[in-house]
Amino acid sequence: MRNRRLLAALAVCLVALAIPAAGSSKSTGLPTAIGAGEGSLNLVAWEGYAEDQWVKPFTAATSCKVNRKYAGSSDEMVSLMRSGGGSQYDLVSASGDASLRLIYGKNVQAVNPALIPDFKNFIEPLKSPPHNTIKGVHYGISLQWGPNTLLYNSAKVKPAPTSWAVLYDARNKGKITVPDNPIQIADAALYLMATQKSLGITDPYELNAAQFKAAVALLKKQKPLVKKYWALASDEIDLFKNGDATLGASWPYQTNTLKAAKVPVVDLIPVEGATGWADTWMLSAKSKHPNCAYKWMAWVSTPKVQAQQAVFFGETPANTLACKEMEKIAKGSCAQYHADAPVSYFNQIKFWKTPVADCGNGKQDCKDYSAWQQAWTEVKG
Amino acid sequence: MTETRATRLALGLWTVLVLLFLFVPIAIIVVYAFNSSNIQSWPIAGWTTHWFGSAWRNQEIRDAFWLSIRAGLIATGIALLLGTLASFAVHRFRFFGREAISFIVVLPIALPGIITGMAFNSLFVFGGINFSLWTIVIGHATFCIVIVYNNVIARLRRTQTSLVEASMDLGADGLQTFRHVTLPVVSTALVAGGLLAFALSFDEVIVTTFTAGAQNTLPLWIFGSIRLGQHLPEVNVVVVAVIVLTLIPVIVAQRLTRDTGVLKRR
Amino acid sequence: MLAPPVVWLGVLYLAALVLLFVAAFWKVDSFTGDLQHVWNVDNFTHIFQSSTYRAIALRTIGIAAAVTITDALIALPFAYFMARIAGPRTRAMLFVAVMVPLWSSYLVRVYAWRLILAHDGALNWALHGIGLPSVSVSYSNWAMWIVFSYIWLPFMILPVYTAIERIPDSLLEASRDLGARGARTTRKVVLPLALPGVVAGSIFTFSLTLGDYITPKLVGGTGSQFIGNVVYDSVGVANNIPFAAAYATVPLVVMAAYLLLARRSGAFEAL
Repeated sequence: MRNRRLLAALAVCLVALAIPAAGSSKSTGLPTAIGAGEGSLNLVAWEGYAEDQWVKPFTAATSCKVNRKYAGSSDEMVSLMRSGGGSQYDLVSASGDASLRLIYGKNVQAVNPALIPDFKNFIEPLKSPPHNTIKGVHYGISLQWGPNTLLYNSAKVKPAPTSWAVLYDARNKGKITVPDNPIQIADAALYLMATQKSLGITDPYELNAAQFKAAVALLKKQKPLVKKYWALASDEIDLFKNGDATLGASWPYQTNTLKAAKVPVVDLIPVEGATGWADTWMLSAKSKHPNCAYKWMAWVSTPKVQAQQAVFFGETPANTLACKEMEKIAKGSCAQYHADAPVSYFNQIKFWKTPVADCGNGKQDCKDYSAWQQAWTEVKG
Repeated sequence: MTETRATRLALGLWTVLVLLFLFVPIAIIVVYAFNSSNIQSWPIAGWTTHWFGSAWRNQEIRDAFWLSIRAGLIATGIALLLGTLASFAVHRFRFFGREAISFIVVLPIALPGIITGMAFNSLFVFGGINFSLWTIVIGHATFCIVIVYNNVIARLRRTQTSLVEASMDLGADGLQTFRHVTLPVVSTALVAGGLLAFALSFDEVIVTTFTAGAQNTLPLWIFGSIRLGQHLPEVNVVVVAVIVLTLIPVIVAQRLTRDTGVLKRR
Repeated sequence: MLAPPVVWLGVLYLAALVLLFVAAFWKVDSFTGDLQHVWNVDNFTHIFQSSTYRAIALRTIGIAAAVTITDALIALPFAYFMARIAGPRTRAMLFVAVMVPLWSSYLVRVYAWRLILAHDGALNWALHGIGLPSVSVSYSNWAMWIVFSYIWLPFMILPVYTAIERIPDSLLEASRDLGARGARTTRKVVLPLALPGVVAGSIFTFSLTLGDYITPKLVGGTGSQFIGNVVYDSVGVANNIPFAAAYATVPLVVMAAYLLLARRSGAFEAL
């Protein structure tokens, strides 16, 4: 045991010696150039974010062997980045509801966007979004984004729904599926924002005690109607394919997969609007392969890889030049996933972010994420 | 034979029903390895052998498979050694804390796997130990010990101590008695315990999640692959291959253990 | 002889556990996830006061008990047939048949059950075929009960088989010679001697069910959370290891009581 600890200590020293070799500026501590690759790279990713079609060319070009670990939820991503002191993984494809927790937990480190050539082509709101940039310091490179949609089986649900109300309607008892995720409280808040204006909700992620209580009460009322809270995307696909559910909150990925399997499904953004996600590649605070990590962030920002991933997963690339590449892969996909949409479209989606006590109005009366999580446990029962 | 014809018939029928219960899901796994769609639905969408080729070529599967085999073998070896030692000590001697031993041995499997996993995770982090094959082995061996221990001690308790005494009386020393009397008595228990322990290790997900770091064992690879279900039939192919591969050692072990043991009855 | 296992379990494992459970009396900064070494019992008060956590604990224990009883009932006649009626060849085949499911991935078998129990799944298809109405057990506590009973059944069959196999023929013959009918022999001779096997098996089925969180996630419905799910969620979210550790004392206490009870009944000694 003592020997192993000694070895571990030696290894840590070696890594510590190796990092400055990448070249860093004295003032900010950020690297100013990408050094030679370390030969391997450990990713924590959503499945579909590290597919062979763009991982293999990356490894061929950089000699960085990619090890992938898929996470099922934002919470799992956070716990993976914190397990083993965070030295196990180099990069994580964190969504907005996880990114701030990682930053404030000091699990990720600042990065230098100047080292990512395609950064300048990103859609403007994703260059320094509040979920990954604090006081001008970038803690990651934006990747892709998309809305959480309303999905329904068009052969069984008539008339076609236009509002989230169908998910709270007793007539659909036992046919509904919604994500098993505390951030789902925001979906209820979004619905209340449109239907109960007296509550005065302005941001579904900044809820004071009364607003929070109303959203949780709505979800508790919804529970008897729900067939299953889906935890994995494949859960929802199975539920729709095998007739257990006909209505649900979804990602475009499920729609794509179900359509490919000839299930008559349609998805839409209902009249109340939608929540959405914007993902960021974030660099672990104790990354052992920072150069490979920078190479990866640069690689996945290129228009072609952005397009490949967007079409595969059914989401919208951060890089505005990806539109043309998407058309090459699948005709019409650029418009389908709004890769050519103006910033106004982007702005109508309420993107996931970590709920914090500080509402931004100077008061500290908002419910924070641990309150959200405990409330969600109580909703599920 | 003491049972009536009707009883034996009823028991036989029950056995067939239990076998059906055990094997209907296995049959489904085998059949859906040929599924042309990557979503499981009833009845099967179409037939293809495409997934066998893609599973065979998949380097990730191979790496995960070998990691699982290595971890399983080493963990089983450690469990066999430690489990046997513990059961002999508890069986043979009365000592202070003897009761506590059987409790501690059962603890790793009696506690939720997630607790064992988290506990080891914090220990490794605390001790500055990097995750490797050996961290997986430590986790697995810990909950495998009880399997061996339970099997061996059950066998020891059923063995008349007179056998050992007779051997000693006939002039055999401790080692000879162990080789010629004790070992044959416990050998079937060791094989059964070892097989079970390996099976448990080979299929463990929960503890491994916390002790594997960035490595993928086969079950971890499977869990990763079924999340979004892009390669679901490929997972079935792997499981079918594992069943076929493991049938061989199970049958061999079964043949080996059937006719040994000094207490053989029929 | 005792030193290696004691060092392994006592030093390595218990140290790890103590390290974890001490944390149950600490708390966590809800946002940064940093552990704060402030001694308090807030986590325990929260668990005891909340009806949700009580309900989850009771559900977990209830289903674990139901699964254990079901497996014992399924395993006893099967193991009896295997040990005392089947010929050597059939017995060898049955032994392999019990082992094979253990080798096919637990996760994939659970997935196969989803297909069987689904609304348009194999079970309802078969029920329709023979003119029966369809059942709606998919994604519910019923589904969890069925799947858990299935998954852990081999862990019950094997020890019960070992116990029954060891009953000397002469005992059964003596019972018959003394005029006991089949049912009476079963009750007075077979069951008491098989009991240690059942207890050994129940430790596996009960504790494995108690600690699971993946099956509830995959086949459970809306009110199907287990202790393991809460623990897992607490670890992931806000990295609340103190709360997870506090809640994990519930299965720890339950298992300790269960093991003591098993020992009290005398069955443990006869294991």
